[in-house]
Amino acid sequence: MPNILDARGRSCPEPVIITENAIKSNPNSSLKVLVDSYAAVENITRFVTKKGYNVNIEENNHEFTLNIKK
Amino acid sequence: MSGKRKMFIYGGIIGLIGAILMKMGNPGNMGICIACFYRDIAGAVGLHRAEVVQYIRPEIIGFIFGAFIIAIFKGDFKSRGGSSPIVRFFLGFFLMIGALVFLGCPLRMILRLANWDLNALVGLGGYVFGIFIGIQFLKKGYTLGRSVEQSKISAYLIPIVAVVLLIFLVIKPAFIFFSTEGPGSMKAPLILSLILGMVAGAILQRSRICTAGGFRDAMLIKDYHFLWGILGIFTLNLIANLILNFDNFNISFANQPVAHTNQLWNFLGMVLAGVCSSLLGGCPIRQTILASEGDTDAGITILGLIVGAAFAHNFGLASSGEGATANGKIAVIVGIVFVLFIAYSIVTSKNKEEIQNKGVVKNA
Repeated sequence: MPNILDARGRSCPEPVIITENAIKSNPNSSLKVLVDSYAAVENITRFVTKKGYNVNIEENNHEFTLNIKK
Repeated sequence: MSGKRKMFIYGGIIGLIGAILMKMGNPGNMGICIACFYRDIAGAVGLHRAEVVQYIRPEIIGFIFGAFIIAIFKGDFKSRGGSSPIVRFFLGFFLMIGALVFLGCPLRMILRLANWDLNALVGLGGYVFGIFIGIQFLKKGYTLGRSVEQSKISAYLIPIVAVVLLIFLVIKPAFIFFSTEGPGSMKAPLILSLILGMVAGAILQRSRICTAGGFRDAMLIKDYHFLWGILGIFTLNLIANLILNFDNFNISFANQPVAHTNQLWNFLGMVLAGVCSSLLGGCPIRQTILASEGDTDAGITILGLIVGAAFAHNFGLASSGEGATANGKIAVIVGIVFVLFIAYSIVTSKNKEEIQNKGVVKNA
């Protein structure tokens, strides 16, 4: 079961830091990150892609779930 | 097009706009300066009475309109706020004090550098150092908390203020002050400034360029995405100035327009601006764009910037070409101590473990 991180309402760069901390503590697990801005989606996607993860993004009424896995 | 190239071009257009606006009449090495322009607006509406820096800068109105329109069109416009507004106000306030002791916001620092004002190099060192300090707090769990959805009208207030300012600028009522000499009297034509401001606002909204974000991400997560935007601003401004403003080109510390050579205070002023930008999650440009997208926390930050500018000129905190003032030096030290205390208090008041537990929502 993937961890779910709630980064909604967090200002830049907190969503990336939250994601980074989760990846650091458990690099091989999959993650779901909840955010509510395009900026956070772009920043996290860029960050995890460079780390070698795949990202799938689901949108529901301006809220986004980023499914992140190796 | 690659992300890097796109960011370089986006930044390059901002740099180009800066050079054009300078050519068309804006003050030296100040095609666009968010701090100076809010300071001029504060003077125009009578919040300070420094007669040489009073003008409703249409570029700021353009930024807000451009970002507002494109945000609505692209679905980025959203009413949100409630994330430590009073802290944001004071961070905005002290960010402006730091910027006005240096004599320019981080964007003007880059534009000054592109004209080889070497004092800006010292400012850049201070700004990066300030961001580095802010990062240490971010790593330790510094947060201003969550923003939440606000009533729709809240999101429209900053764009509405921009409309009112534009009306004042056009009809020039007696209670609005306009400089007849000094930097406030130096201006590009209104329509051109407004249109180029709108273009810049739209680009800044789409690219999310942030001077603080550029250096912060490079240091924090080794992500150079936004740094390419900053490099674009510098490079295109440099090239365009060589073509358009060659007479102003002067590689030196001395005799630079609207600048001084007190290096300690150039450095410390930008340390303060860097720490504040880092703790706010964005530089004055980014705050302006976020406010135009409906972020009321960024709107409060802008009010902090404007009040900071008013204080800076009412109480002799702002520097001049002669150098930093005694009051300005005291204000910078007080500001650095104050914002570090705020950040330290926030970090220590949070139980790190509790934050992590709250951040993880167990899958139902």
